[in-house]
Amino acid sequence: MSDMESAPAAPARIAGVDEKILAERAREAASTRRDVLFDVSRLTVSYADVPALKGVSLEIYKNFVTAFIGPSGCGKSTFIRCFNRMNDLIPSANVDGTILYHGIDLYGPEVDSVEVRKRIGMVFQKPNPFPKSIYDNVAFGPRVLGWKKDLDARVERALRHAALWDEVKNRLKASAYSLSGGQQQRLCIARCLAVEPDVLLMDEPASALDPISTTAIEDLMHELKREYTIVIVTHNMQQAARVADMTAFFSVEVDEEQDRRTGVLVEYDATPTIFTNPGDKRTEDYVTGRFG
Amino acid sequence: MSVTTESLGSRSHGDRVRGTAFYVLLLVSVTIGFLLLGVLLVDVIRKGIGYVDPTLLNEPNSSDPNKAGAGPAIRGTIYMMILLLVMVVPIGVGTALYLEEYANRERWYNRLLEINIQNLAAVPSIVYGILGLAFLVRGIGLGRVLLAGALILTLLVLPTVIVASREAIRAVPDSIRQGAYALGATQWQVVWRQVLPASIPGIATGSILALARAIGETAPLLLVGALTYVAVNPTLLGSYTALPVQIYQWIARPQEEFRVLAAAGIIVLLVILLTMNAFAIWLRNRYQRRW
Repeated sequence: MSDMESAPAAPARIAGVDEKILAERAREAASTRRDVLFDVSRLTVSYADVPALKGVSLEIYKNFVTAFIGPSGCGKSTFIRCFNRMNDLIPSANVDGTILYHGIDLYGPEVDSVEVRKRIGMVFQKPNPFPKSIYDNVAFGPRVLGWKKDLDARVERALRHAALWDEVKNRLKASAYSLSGGQQQRLCIARCLAVEPDVLLMDEPASALDPISTTAIEDLMHELKREYTIVIVTHNMQQAARVADMTAFFSVEVDEEQDRRTGVLVEYDATPTIFTNPGDKRTEDYVTGRFG
Repeated sequence: MSVTTESLGSRSHGDRVRGTAFYVLLLVSVTIGFLLLGVLLVDVIRKGIGYVDPTLLNEPNSSDPNKAGAGPAIRGTIYMMILLLVMVVPIGVGTALYLEEYANRERWYNRLLEINIQNLAAVPSIVYGILGLAFLVRGIGLGRVLLAGALILTLLVLPTVIVASREAIRAVPDSIRQGAYALGATQWQVVWRQVLPASIPGIATGSILALARAIGETAPLLLVGALTYVAVNPTLLGSYTALPVQIYQWIARPQEEFRVLAAAGIIVLLVILLTMNAFAIWLRNRYQRRW
């Protein structure tokens, strides 16, 4: 520990992140207007009255890619699941504070979680295609919403959007499990896009994939952010640096007495700032690889 | 530590003996099961195969062993299976879905329900027969009819179907439910369009095996009136008999010919049972899923 504190305050830098990439991110961020889509304030999530994440406040901007990074157990996955109310499915989970979405509180009494999830799609860590054909996977969402017209065209558009169409167009009736892991994950993205959401939440979407598939997914995010707002949780800092406009760093606060670990938001800023000029010592330690 | 031929081959003598003894024990267990079943099968087939003919399959029972058949009994058993299927599968699957997908396990009544179902599975079949006699046949005055027999068998195998269905539903990974919820599906849509289709192979297999158990039951049917002499084809609210009851009655007769006839009846029952089991295995293999 003492070693770490006495380390010279060299500019933070992580292995493998090209300065050019960060510069490009910075240019992009400067040229894009910041429209607030989500306004999170003092959000606390508890499981069975034990807080997993405490007092998070931040704003997420329209058509930005926002990354949540941090060590294991810092509550970043818990946090992302608040945006489409997936935590509602865990009976012991309790959410305090507000998330305004287009100015409406997502956890307000008149808001239906099913309606929320139609607009805010989610891609999970492990590809989770349904045990159905490729076509039926993509058509599931529209069918559930009762959109029966032009289903074929809708499926094709979603698959094209997810850069999967050319690989599967001749075997739409094949089982989704016949696809590779990376293709399955893109299928899951296509499945989300088919219901024309406003926001895409991605919980470590590439952590179970090989490097080539990962690149494909990252390229896809660049394409998709023109039309969608993307929020991504990632373990991989290079990935955050490559894809995200804004980055939030979460950390764990350990309460030794009660043996509790609670996630907190340490710093939230434009990605280049987080990686080259972080305002907090903990962020710097993390992005330079001295911690976690 | 140096590796020598000696050190690589130095498993202790006692260890080797124990290993071999255990293996022999396993072989003996397997052999006993197979031998008993084999002897039983060979004996029954050798005795009865000559009597498996159109007379057995079509004609009603008779006091003359050469004219006696099990036609009404076979049809009674088949009708009962169909009735059973229609009644037990919806109720069993419905209960399993409620317990797995909807019930809040914190609530005392749901826990009570679960304990109850587990206990019901262990109740001897004759007790169900007594219940049927007291409640169905006499209580609500249904009489000794096919429907009463089918209802009692439904109760008998319901716990088995529920348990098998719950296993199948539980085997559907949560990631599938979450994926469906994340697309804006309601709980009803998740259950109906994802969970149920994905668990159908397991449910079907479990139900068929439960059914196979039910058609071999004799004791409860004797109590709710599977008569041993029925000349007419069974109807829903008419008197009826079933194959195991017919076999039981034949074996109880003093004449040797009827015992042979019983063996023939057993062959028919076994064929029905094995067909059902084979179908269950085929279903399981056909729809086996990897997640």
